[in-house]
Amino acid sequence: MSVGSFAVTPAEAVSPKRLAIAGLVLGALAWVVTIPPIGVRTIVPSIVLAALGAVAGAWSITGGERKLGIEAIIVSVIAVCGAVASVKSGHSTLESVFTWSALVAATLRYATPLLFAALGGVISESSGVINIGLEGMMLMGCFWGIYGADLLHSWVWGVVVGMISGGLLAAVHAFFSIHLRANQIVSGFGINFLALGITGYFLEYHYGPNGTPLNISMVPNVKIPGIQHVGFVGVAFGDANLLTWVGLALVPGLTFFLFRTKWGLRLRSVGEKPRAADTVGLPVMGIRYAAVIVSGMFAALGGAYLSVGFVGSFSNDMTNGRGFIALAAMIFGKWKPWGALWACLLFGFGNAMSDRVSSVNPTLGTLFEALPYVLTLVAVAGVIGRSRPPASDGLPYVRE
Amino acid sequence: VSLLEDELETEAEESPGAATRSPAALTAFRRGASGVTVPILTTVIAFIAGGLIVLATGHNPFSTYTSIFNGTGLNWLFPWVSGAERATAAGNLQQTLIQATALLLVGLAVAFAFRAGMFNIGGQGQYTVGGIIAVWVGSSFAGMPPVLHVTFAIVAAGLAGAVWAGIAGVLKAVTGANEVISTIMLNWIAIWLGVYCFQLGGPLQNPHMASTPVSSTVLPGARLPVIWGSSTLQGLDAGIFISLALAVVFGLLINRTRLGYESRTVGFNPEAARYAGINAGRTWIKVMLICGAFAGVAAALDILGWKFSLFTNDIQVSQIGFYGIAVALLGRNTAGGTVAAAVLFGALLTGTSDRNISLSIDPTLVQYLTFMIEGIIILLVSTDVITLRLLKGGRRIGVAIRRRPSDKGGASEDGAK
Repeated sequence: MSVGSFAVTPAEAVSPKRLAIAGLVLGALAWVVTIPPIGVRTIVPSIVLAALGAVAGAWSITGGERKLGIEAIIVSVIAVCGAVASVKSGHSTLESVFTWSALVAATLRYATPLLFAALGGVISESSGVINIGLEGMMLMGCFWGIYGADLLHSWVWGVVVGMISGGLLAAVHAFFSIHLRANQIVSGFGINFLALGITGYFLEYHYGPNGTPLNISMVPNVKIPGIQHVGFVGVAFGDANLLTWVGLALVPGLTFFLFRTKWGLRLRSVGEKPRAADTVGLPVMGIRYAAVIVSGMFAALGGAYLSVGFVGSFSNDMTNGRGFIALAAMIFGKWKPWGALWACLLFGFGNAMSDRVSSVNPTLGTLFEALPYVLTLVAVAGVIGRSRPPASDGLPYVRE
Repeated sequence: VSLLEDELETEAEESPGAATRSPAALTAFRRGASGVTVPILTTVIAFIAGGLIVLATGHNPFSTYTSIFNGTGLNWLFPWVSGAERATAAGNLQQTLIQATALLLVGLAVAFAFRAGMFNIGGQGQYTVGGIIAVWVGSSFAGMPPVLHVTFAIVAAGLAGAVWAGIAGVLKAVTGANEVISTIMLNWIAIWLGVYCFQLGGPLQNPHMASTPVSSTVLPGARLPVIWGSSTLQGLDAGIFISLALAVVFGLLINRTRLGYESRTVGFNPEAARYAGINAGRTWIKVMLICGAFAGVAAALDILGWKFSLFTNDIQVSQIGFYGIAVALLGRNTAGGTVAAAVLFGALLTGTSDRNISLSIDPTLVQYLTFMIEGIIILLVSTDVITLRLLKGGRRIGVAIRRRPSDKGGASEDGAK
């Protein structure tokens, strides 16, 4: 028990888990110190920090904390690469990439559509229905949102029509997976193909080769009077889209609903133990139907944000895999609204960063596009390996 | 599958004719028949539904489907088609088979995972990584003997795909990471890796075409020989034989080897497999390695057979991973079924492509019609109940017609319960 000797196991000094987390933090810091506002211009401190992080990781592995330990090492390695890149690039380049206020604003913009879809996924999967069809439901909201806004000359109607279309497609998924007890993953895939076909077909049918009209009524940005011109906060939050705020407000709202209300409890009980829920008289099928349809409407709202809120037009396959990213964000976030929010912000930040980096160095920007996915992969392997989905997620319920 | 058997079981019990034959024999017969009938009926329903959409939007479904069919080149099989029409049909059929070559292998990559109880959404990424390696090997190593060069490129691409899928397998086995998520992430990483390699200024971009984001072109010695049609007009290459041979390998692997047995056992019940002394984790890794190899080889056959180079745009818009899932599902994860489904999807893709000039309506509309048909097929595949009910209803009507009307026995009362 000679404290200080290298032979001492971490368990005697500090718990391996804490050590691994310290390693993670140290590793991440290795990169953070080289970017503004700290902006260290030599690589030495980063190497020291990353080495410490890696050692902490390795040490925690000997103490039995394998996953987090490996993760700390991986993060340290990635961070050193990042640190080398930032030290080598010019000071002005760094300043233009890491304009934090603009980065925050862009992160919110990219995270909003993901957030809606991920929250939809939380609702659906809490009730026990896997929803791989989020992508297709988003795409429906995307196209029919534009269609509604164009036809009825108001973004309000666009959002409403978009949400209805997503809800209708979700109802198909609900019918197959709840009523017909289909394989829910397969059914969700069918939904995605169907949405791709429907939106593409009707885009061509209604608008032809010229695409959607230019003067679409769009969801306005919220200009907050007090802070709009107040430096960092003003740029970051002063001019965000209305739907971004709606999405952010939905996170605590949904958390409250799921964990503090009667119907939230019922929804979760149907996802965990449908037999027990049925025994106490809850309409299992009905609750699941409602959850899936609402999840489709949420996803469609995310899609509508893309088209009616952000771009102002629709192009084929516009969601481009965002529904799957949202799905990953939901799992990354451990099937909880707050977790989903953080995961969506991570993905949004990755997109925002790669945008910024691309403007300076297109080649490097491409690699940054892949960064959120790499991080998610690392996280899926480590942190959330321990989390678990709702107990009856994906299992059809058969009433006896 | 169990649901399907339930339906058939109940049907065997309810069926009035069942008493005359042994119920087990009857069930076995019907199960065998439904293995073929259900997918075919599923496809037919999907086409009818698609036809209704065409009709609803003011086009003629019959002429649309006729021109799609002619676009697939399958009319080449009719002896009465001759002359210029026959030449066009031959060209189209070659395209259909070219598409089917890769679809089959990606389908097998998904099917093998399904048999082991895993969902491999990563076909796209495995295909992309295989393509990157195939085009790199194929365009480098000038002077290598042709047969060796082709083999080297195919094997390297297969290995690359195997490694890519293996990551997901290892993560699942070691940390319990859900393969659905990890393969989706690996897809995106592979896509951005490919874009990085071939974009302007990327490490593998064609040095002779500085302003085009494209890889170097595969050397003539590394190309697969064309076996049917013109070698300049993208005739059918020898890759289809490799693809079909691998389908046979797949069938043998699943049904005749220890690994196949272990995979199926793990897929059926990992817990029971553990009691039987099968290491589920190791099986998952092996299965993913094989899946990835299939998808990697698919990319190599595309690159060495007819693409010869890889544009960043090709990488970003490719949907082959998702088609592969549809192919595997419709083919019920068997070798023969996957071959048939791959030809069907290859035909759909060719018949609705822009180059099909005989189309009576806007080709873009038809392309999206295809997506809808595929969506409906996959939805119906996700549950056999609808198709089975229809099948059952049809049989009951048949029974009712054959029997005297006075005969009691509930021929169709509960046919639509």
